[in-house]
Amino acid sequence: MSRLFAWGALIFGILYFLLPLLGMAEFSLSMLRDQYTFEAYRVVLRDPDFQATFLYSVMMALATIVMGIALVVPTAYWVRLRVPQARPLVEFITLLPLVIPAIVIVYGYIRIFNTSSFLPLTGTATGTNILLACGYVTLALPYMYRAVDTGLRTIDVGTLTEAAQSLGAGWMTILGRVILPNVLSAVLSGAFLTFAIVIGEFTMAALLDRPAFGPYMQLLGANRAYEPAALAVIAFGITWGCMGLISVVGRLSKHNRIAR
Amino acid sequence: MNISLSLAPRSLTRWVGLLPFFLFAGLFLVYPTLYIVLGAFRSGVTAETPESVWTFANITALNTESVRNAYWISIKVSFISALLGCVIGFGMAAAVTLAGLPRWLKQPLLTFSGVASNFAGVPLAFAFIATIGPAGLITLWLKNDLGINLRAYGFNLLSSWGLILTYLFFQIPLMILIITPALEGLKKEWREAAAILGATGRQYWTMVALPILFPSLLGTLALLFANAFGAVATAIALTGPSLNIAPILLYAQIRGDVLGSPNLGYALATGMIVITACANGLYIWLRARSERWLK
Repeated sequence: MSRLFAWGALIFGILYFLLPLLGMAEFSLSMLRDQYTFEAYRVVLRDPDFQATFLYSVMMALATIVMGIALVVPTAYWVRLRVPQARPLVEFITLLPLVIPAIVIVYGYIRIFNTSSFLPLTGTATGTNILLACGYVTLALPYMYRAVDTGLRTIDVGTLTEAAQSLGAGWMTILGRVILPNVLSAVLSGAFLTFAIVIGEFTMAALLDRPAFGPYMQLLGANRAYEPAALAVIAFGITWGCMGLISVVGRLSKHNRIAR
Repeated sequence: MNISLSLAPRSLTRWVGLLPFFLFAGLFLVYPTLYIVLGAFRSGVTAETPESVWTFANITALNTESVRNAYWISIKVSFISALLGCVIGFGMAAAVTLAGLPRWLKQPLLTFSGVASNFAGVPLAFAFIATIGPAGLITLWLKNDLGINLRAYGFNLLSSWGLILTYLFFQIPLMILIITPALEGLKKEWREAAAILGATGRQYWTMVALPILFPSLLGTLALLFANAFGAVATAIALTGPSLNIAPILLYAQIRGDVLGSPNLGYALATGMIVITACANGLYIWLRARSERWLK
């Protein structure tokens, strides 16, 4: 009885998840009447707007990852090493982006950083790009911080720091050549998750009027029939790729971890 | 120079190392949010009232039919999708962890859940439009092969139920990811102890397992609720501006000031923060409680 119920629940769930994926794959292949072709993919991949927005979002994701690492790794390291009493406060702040909807944060940006403010970031394209990257770092903060902090837990931060210091290393050397390599797999899994989030992000990019991949997809969805399905397949593939890479780096790192 | 910093006696200097983080969080997270929240309680500057004063007028001015409706539909959609996500996700997680199904099923399910819970936003809407939209795979199959016209039965993907159906695609996997560790934390000894005392399977579930899991279940429900409530991209890509829900209304307000006053927009946004903050607060509190039993 309970096993019957279990199979029922599982099969229902699998059907629910498979059908939309099947639907989008089928739809993306049926641009030409009465045959399956990759026409929709060809059209999408040839579209200069696709290339430009996709490239923009990839660059944005890379900038977000670099900025996120530069912000989170030293902070998490310093909290563990010197100011453990700051941990609850820092953790609370890093969880805030899960509480405050992204649309509210970007609303604040538009109001604060406008052309007549103390920091007129939205006045220029470069400024808006920087602002968008900062917004993405904020969105990625909960995932990035947790990943790095979990990584730091598995190494002996204090001993490594003292060893490096007694060999004459400065803070940059300690962070860049001792701490970072030791938490690299944690940093990488945070980075891939950030990539998956940023590449298709819509709300912030659209409201800041940036030519990113998310708003492009939305625009295409409003005007075309088959191309959006092809885009959805591509986006799903990217998400799969990021998650796959996360599990790969997780597995690779297991052999050089101390058991705790 | 570096060594002297690390040996500095006063603990205050240690906090200097956290300065970049606090500066960043203050400028790009806390200040923008506070600006919106405080703005919700300031009067707008007009010709008659050049000075901005503290007021509750914005909050009370939100109490109109259309805004009430927007919040209500949002809350309804978020709650139903969270509830269904919890029930179905729990069923699937319990099926692979407890019910004696083949063990190799669990890892693929968890991996897939990790992907699906991150597959939200615009592409997710496309997938559902291609499946059960007006010309979707299932819609056409039902119509051509079985003679069932979904539209005639009143189903429309661009409605609150369509939104719920779509949100479930990331709600169920999130539930599976969160609840599987809790289910694995149920000790075999508890079941055996209950069985020795003569409990039936049903009694074990209603009197032992579910009370232990209850904080986790309720907490995850709150988390899923907040998750759906803040989802903007999926809703916009699915329905465009046609569906009147709180995030879409706020989006329209930011784009084109549809409410007619920026301070009303702040109040609308503040209402969203209050709702998601309550739901998340509930989640954090209940998670702490659930950790008493489930380590």
